[in-house]
Amino acid sequence: MPNGKETHLGDVILRVEDLHKRYGKDEILKGVSLELRRGETKVVIGPSGTGKSTLLRCINQLSVPDKGRVWLEDVEITHARTNINHIRAQIGFVFQDFNLFNHLTALRNVSLGLLKVKKMTSGAAEARAREELARVGLAAKVNSFPAELSGGQKQRVSIARALAMDPKLILFDEPTSALDPELIGEVLEVMIQLARGGMTMIVVSHEMGFARAVADRIIFMEGGGILEEGTPTELFTCPRCERTGQFLRKITELYGETDGQ
Amino acid sequence: MTATQILWQNVVPLFGALPVTLEVLGLLLVVGLTLGVVLAFVQAYGRRPLRILCIGYEQLFRGIPPLVVILFFWNGVTPALGVPVPGIIVAALALGMRSAAYQSQIFRGAIQAVPAGQMMAARSLGMSRIQAIRSIILPQAFRLAIPPWANEYSSVVKDTAFVCVIGGLIDLTRQALMKLAPLSMRRPVGTQLILPYLVILGLFYLALTYSGNGLLALLERRLRVPGFEMKGKVER
Ligand SMILES: Nc1ncnc2c1ncn2[C@@H]1O[C@H](COP(=O)(O)OP(=O)(O)OP(=O)(O)O)[C@@H](O)[C@H]1O
Ligand SMILES: [Mg+2]
Repeated sequence: MPNGKETHLGDVILRVEDLHKRYGKDEILKGVSLELRRGETKVVIGPSGTGKSTLLRCINQLSVPDKGRVWLEDVEITHARTNINHIRAQIGFVFQDFNLFNHLTALRNVSLGLLKVKKMTSGAAEARAREELARVGLAAKVNSFPAELSGGQKQRVSIARALAMDPKLILFDEPTSALDPELIGEVLEVMIQLARGGMTMIVVSHEMGFARAVADRIIFMEGGGILEEGTPTELFTCPRCERTGQFLRKITELYGETDGQ
Repeated sequence: MTATQILWQNVVPLFGALPVTLEVLGLLLVVGLTLGVVLAFVQAYGRRPLRILCIGYEQLFRGIPPLVVILFFWNGVTPALGVPVPGIIVAALALGMRSAAYQSQIFRGAIQAVPAGQMMAARSLGMSRIQAIRSIILPQAFRLAIPPWANEYSSVVKDTAFVCVIGGLIDLTRQALMKLAPLSMRRPVGTQLILPYLVILGLFYLALTYSGNGLLALLERRLRVPGFEMKGKVER
């Protein structure tokens, strides 16, 4: 099990260095740095409005940071001359509210990126899309439109959409926060399989059961910075700073310990 | 000659004038749609100076009566150009540019009604802005635009009647006007026929709006996707 032991981790795949971002007068990110290694699952927790979503969006440049750099392997994403579309195709993004393409079936949602970005033939793209939808347990829903799917099914389609692109890593922004409690498990189950299968991912989530099960490291963010980072055991058993322990106890109380099992 | 015969005699030329009205309508829709979509895109995605220019254009063309716009182009601009421009082109441009102002509002509203997350999801897959607009934003916006566009269609069908002020362009209304004077001189039967004659003229326009709206409703049904029906539909 990956839990806490980092022997299965590879070299650094993503490096974030001193990211700053402000919206108007408020500085949202105040110098965030982190490293992600191949095969690693990093869970990011922290109070609302702390800049977790902003951090993820700054990584693939959906929001452009004011200062700081991001590297994917040896390519500097933040460099003005980097082809950002080429980079984004290698970084999956799963949104809190799914953002499935409303006018397309589940199958087309998953195959569109393959067709338009990877320039695959329609036959190959469709076959791959079917494969990914089957992998998240939605083989029967290929022809359904987003409006015809439950929240949990929508989120699984959006994970399949990210997976189909063969990303080097996937960023998850509170993937289960918009779901009814009974639908959270089916999504976490897919994510646990991914983590155990060696996918590299950053997951903003307050699902502590999930974090305990698969996180290699947990990052606690507050006020636009990283307050603490450590293995789940480190953070749960003897948090070095009291604030982290306080927050962990509060969210464990609030969210319980759903882990998709 | 019976009254019916006289009436029919005057209605037949209306059929002859119908193609002119249809031509004006078709051309003005092409001008209005093309220009309207471009203006909408500039407003939704363009730089600020361009956006301001578009807003100015809209204010101008939405604030002037269509008849005045036609007179302006036909009696003002065309003579100043010094080269003869066919009346039909002037008509289509004048009405088309006016319609573009309205259509740009329709399409801008539809583009902005597509949730921001759609663009974000498309870009996060590595699609370029143009790709995202073409495959994600436009197909959704066009569906949303059909009902208000049907409204604009009905409105421009009736605008075509104003081209009767362009010399040499014999559309439905111009043709009817040309028949009114001779009719009113055939007392007493002729004067009694004026009212039914004008009703028939109205029926021509009604047929155009009715059939056009029918086609658009068909298009809307053909493109229907779950989730794009009326929002928040209550079934009982
Ligand atoms: N596009 C934006 N324009 C202006 N302010 C923004 C924008 N996006 C985020 N913010 C502000 O930045 C702050 C951090 O937002 P962010 O969404 O990153 O927080 P978060 O940690 O993800 O919170 P939550 O747990 O509620 O999702 C918030 O105060 C928010 O209002
Ligand atoms: Mg957030």
